[in-house]
Amino acid sequence: MTDIQLRTAHANTLNELLPPLSRNEAAVEAARCLMCYDAPCTHACPTHIDIPKFIKKIATQNLRGSARTILESNLLGATCARVCPVQELCEGACVLGTEHKPIAIGRLQRYAMDFAYGKGMDVFQPAKATGKRVAVIGAGPAGLSCAGELAKRGYSVTLFEKRDLAGGLSTYGIIGLREPVEVALAEVTMIAKLGVKLETGRELGTNLTLADLNTNFGAVFLSVGLGVTTTLGIPGEEHIVDGLDYIEQSKLDAPNLVIGRNVVVIGAGNTAIDCATIARRLGASQVTMVYRRSEKEMTAYAHEYDFIKREGVRFSFLTQPVRVHAESGSVNALECLRMTLGPADASGRPSPQSVAGSEFLLPADQIVKATGQEKPSIVSLLKLKTEKGFIQVDANFETSLTGVYAGGDCIRARGAASTVMAVQDGKLAAQSIHERLVARG
Amino acid sequence: MADLSINFAGIRSPNPFWLASAPPSNSGLQVHRAFEAGWGGAVWKTIGAPVLNVSNRYGAWHYAGQKMLAINNVELISDRPLEVNLREITEVKRAWPDRAVVVSAMVESKRETWHDIIRRIQDTGADGIELNYGCPHGMSERGMGSAVGQVPEYCEQITRWVMEVARIPVIVKLTPNISDIVMPARAAVSAGANALSLINTLNSIIGVDLDTLEITPNIGGKGGHGGYAGPAVKPIALNMLAALGKDPVVGGSKLPISGMGGISTWRDAAEFLLLGASSLQVCTAVMHYGFRIVEDLCDGLSNWMDEKGFARITDVTGRSLQRVSDFSNFDLSFRAVARIDQQKCIRCNLCYVACNDTAHQCIDLMDKDGHVVPPQSYDIRTNGKEEAVNKRPSVHVREEDCVGCRLCYNVCPVEDCIRMMEEPSGRQPVTWAQISESHREVTEDWEKMKEYREKMGIHIH
Repeated sequence: MTDIQLRTAHANTLNELLPPLSRNEAAVEAARCLMCYDAPCTHACPTHIDIPKFIKKIATQNLRGSARTILESNLLGATCARVCPVQELCEGACVLGTEHKPIAIGRLQRYAMDFAYGKGMDVFQPAKATGKRVAVIGAGPAGLSCAGELAKRGYSVTLFEKRDLAGGLSTYGIIGLREPVEVALAEVTMIAKLGVKLETGRELGTNLTLADLNTNFGAVFLSVGLGVTTTLGIPGEEHIVDGLDYIEQSKLDAPNLVIGRNVVVIGAGNTAIDCATIARRLGASQVTMVYRRSEKEMTAYAHEYDFIKREGVRFSFLTQPVRVHAESGSVNALECLRMTLGPADASGRPSPQSVAGSEFLLPADQIVKATGQEKPSIVSLLKLKTEKGFIQVDANFETSLTGVYAGGDCIRARGAASTVMAVQDGKLAAQSIHERLVARG
Repeated sequence: MADLSINFAGIRSPNPFWLASAPPSNSGLQVHRAFEAGWGGAVWKTIGAPVLNVSNRYGAWHYAGQKMLAINNVELISDRPLEVNLREITEVKRAWPDRAVVVSAMVESKRETWHDIIRRIQDTGADGIELNYGCPHGMSERGMGSAVGQVPEYCEQITRWVMEVARIPVIVKLTPNISDIVMPARAAVSAGANALSLINTLNSIIGVDLDTLEITPNIGGKGGHGGYAGPAVKPIALNMLAALGKDPVVGGSKLPISGMGGISTWRDAAEFLLLGASSLQVCTAVMHYGFRIVEDLCDGLSNWMDEKGFARITDVTGRSLQRVSDFSNFDLSFRAVARIDQQKCIRCNLCYVACNDTAHQCIDLMDKDGHVVPPQSYDIRTNGKEEAVNKRPSVHVREEDCVGCRLCYNVCPVEDCIRMMEEPSGRQPVTWAQISESHREVTEDWEKMKEYREKMGIHIH
């Protein structure tokens, strides 16, 4: 196949990877679930969805009840059905996993959620208005979850979002192959229908102040996520494409997304894998992922690593970028150093050390970086206490500022940041905020 | 290799598997193809009185993703002209001299009509006749089928008429839609029948369509009872089969019995043989998967017989019948307790919930330190597969409290994980019948029962 043919063949290949289950597939899979009592899948799920319950409701064709069961524990069930690392969570804990195939919990959840959204189902009605107001800053999964849970309880919630669209990383940062943007936006609509007032283009520190919030709201929930992609600090970095922008454009402005023929992706986390997937599927003939540590230390989930290897992406481990070679604005290579692994660093992983004189050139006409995001910048603005640069919260998700709560990636000092963890933070913080506001009478 | 051939009341066939009288044996073409596939015999779909059929004849019961655990039907006896059936029976028998060709018949309850059909069947060269006293729908409303099978006197009268002219073996097929299967069987024995077969289908309504609120299957807006068959009826058939074998009159007559009712695999077949059948009829499983299933029916049965050291079918027939008894003769001192193999246990907790909600509350959840813990005792802020799997409690039977109900064994999804272990009760064997005789008062007075329990050391949990 020529490159041109390849490009055509790969067009539209960022559509959702897995087809929806057919009614019969769902019925057969649901029937296979043993309906464990006090099930380990439910424990493994950070939002503790009663999984056997929703699956058996699929088996009995009570899809309305199934959807409700999911949403009662997790308002972003449609996103989580698609983006959750189920191998590490519910499906990983399935009792059938040792000798059989675990139940396809994620896909069954998507089946129930597709039904609910397909029918335009109003699962919840907000409770009687409490007359109390809560501000939520940032309309990503944590913010939507918190706002939705509070609206259900009758609170008047205003959700401030700095971008044009709500949904956070679900809308902007997860490739369409895993979650189409429509799914994230449908969830935003559902939250809005609960009575949450969404104000986009509003950013704390720009056109919104903490004083405004303190005056008008009984409590504040910060779900601001993380900052921009970290800086590498290497010459020519201005020629490097930001991975998050790359993903965003693939979702919202794909026709204008420039894809190189020979793409190098810096980083080996899940975002880096998404970038490599975009490059590969939208026509790059060669994609190489560059990582300064080895395969063992990669932060991407094992199943995503398996996936990207099958996509035909190459890896250059123990490789540290040191300089971008560009000519009249066009990138032509990434200069790198070979690394070896030394003693463990602060992250507990072996520290990469450069091998003197090992410089080499990786030819590339496009370089994308996905090396993690900066810590939340709001910290200094609000003078919040931090933990490893993340917002510090107590067991009730309250920050060092009284009445100001936080959740999602911006507090994730420990453990892996994920959508489902953010949803749970939002849910638990909503509970704390509710208790606080009820106590105040 | 085991010899699967049978001689059933003089009807010979190379293996015990016959197509039951039903849609699969509706025509010469089908029976011919079945014999090519290896079936030992076929009971031709009932011929006799003129009929008309309806459409949407078959309903089915599906469960948990498994199709057709049972089928029900409102199809009548053969709706093909009698002459066509008789001609095809003649042709098939001529083409397949070594196979059993049995013809099922059902006509109006008139002596001459029965004489006529029996003579015409005999002219085909068929090996035997099966009298259909079983169909529970359509024909019964016209005084045939189960309308005969449900009244022992009718059963006996018609069988006598048949035996007046029969020159080939006559099998009486019994309906299960009766409170005591033994009664019509005794009538058949008394009338001189050569063999019995059972069970025909059970009265049933398979379901109601929740979208249209119509009865399933829908016949122009109506529906009604139809004959129920398939895997789900097997236990009923086995019980009725054993009841015949245990009856002094029917069992004592030594009439061979052709067993049917939910036979789908060689394993089912072996169970029917063990409880007294000497030929086996199959319908629903063939309607589900086609004639090809006879290969494993024969192969599996033969391999099992070889393993068990059974040389021929007659070695198997009735072998477990002596173990069939009733409650009054069971040993009340026999004790079994559930034991869970922790290595095999997958910790689904189905035994736990079954025991605690619906049985005798003798299974505990225990954490790693051996402390009994309630369900859902994990910290809701924990998650992930490692945490869920590693912190999951294990299930343990408190054997001293286990009554041996065997519910946990039945719900456990893992083979051989829960075993019912025979444990000495420390008491002499005793049956209810013996207690009734030696301590009658114990069976009538709770206070006496209490004293008896204390004396014998019987503790109820």
